[in-house]
Amino acid sequence: MAKLTIPSEEYQVGGHAACPGCGAALAMRYLLKGLGPQAVVVIPACCWAVIPGAMPGTCLRVSTVFSSFESTAAMASGLKAGLRQTGRGDVPVVGFAGDGGTADIGIQALSGAAERNEDFLYVCYDNEAYMNTGIQRSGSTPAFSWTTTTPHGLEKHTPKKDLPMILDAHHIPYIATLNPSFPEDFVAKATKAARFKGTRYLHVLADCPTGWKHDPSQMVEVGRLATLSHYWPLYEIDQGRLKITWSPSNPIPVEKYLRSQGRFKNVTPEEIAQIQQTVDERWHALQERASRDQKSPERIEVQSETPASSVPHSVHPVSETVIVHPNEPFPSR
Amino acid sequence: MTVKLHGRALSEPMAWTSTAEDSTAGSWRNQRPQLIEAKCTGCNVCWKFCPEPAIDIVGKKVAFDLNVCKGCGVCAEVCAPGAIEMVPEESA
Repeated sequence: MAKLTIPSEEYQVGGHAACPGCGAALAMRYLLKGLGPQAVVVIPACCWAVIPGAMPGTCLRVSTVFSSFESTAAMASGLKAGLRQTGRGDVPVVGFAGDGGTADIGIQALSGAAERNEDFLYVCYDNEAYMNTGIQRSGSTPAFSWTTTTPHGLEKHTPKKDLPMILDAHHIPYIATLNPSFPEDFVAKATKAARFKGTRYLHVLADCPTGWKHDPSQMVEVGRLATLSHYWPLYEIDQGRLKITWSPSNPIPVEKYLRSQGRFKNVTPEEIAQIQQTVDERWHALQERASRDQKSPERIEVQSETPASSVPHSVHPVSETVIVHPNEPFPSR
Repeated sequence: MTVKLHGRALSEPMAWTSTAEDSTAGSWRNQRPQLIEAKCTGCNVCWKFCPEPAIDIVGKKVAFDLNVCKGCGVCAEVCAPGAIEMVPEESA
């Protein structure tokens, strides 16, 4: 048997309510592989509020809390404070919200929590529209993309919000962009993010075959094209130092990525040129900042309260990790 | 009147169940993956990319959990040796 490149432990089970070929389901699966069984996940109204299944069924083997749409970061801050007060400050708290719940509705709570540098990990799975309620345009929808509220002829002309850079302006310890088509990079960044103390932000490209209008089987391929075309660059900002973690040796034109999806079916060549220009400008800005940051001195990493025991797998053998089922209390320390 | 949810009275203590044991997700499928064992190299790439997960590693090969597989076809797409074939449900 070939050696596994990501941890074999599963904290998500099958039978959930995600659409076939859901990128967000894959993102949660990888994230929990990176974080381990102790994580508490705060989920606002989004696809993932539906995916775990109808009560009393759940597909997650970690504790979950459902919050209101706008208060993911506020609830995560409060949970962490409560856990700390009851002597369980080592339990990692994760906010897991969609792009609408991050870029539009939840941004004030997230911005406030990031400014206070609350100790939790915030994950935004970006499927570039309000997919759960029927593909409405969000602040994270890219220019010229079809959605039900930006139909053909009334497309959005402004580019998407650059959320990682908005969070970078809050000077938080760790920010990274992730892509489920690159699982090893994904799990490594999730594990790394768990080590920091303070607000950490992960921005995940979550393919949505239903809203992006392509065959579910193409999910991994579309994600690969996104990174190969520099549309979704993979980078991390560790203590303010930006590093591009993977870059394609032969980048492809962004047109190839756009043409792989039905939502960009009506884009004209002029519009493609405009998108290509935006993507190129952003890539050059990232490269410039990365080369500048490499010269600046490295800062000392602040360790999280999360001890090594909750960072699983590769560090500790499977037998030592405790699986917390949602109907069981947390193991006492 | 007793209000019931999933055959259980709401006044009864609630126990969480796993969706993997009690799920109808497998009935969404209109095509199912089939393993061509001779071609499978045991690289586990299909397991890695399954969004359910509905693929188990059994020994040197993989096995599909058809109770939860939705037939998205990602596994067949990422399989480099072409050891997974998507078969329409009618003919399976």
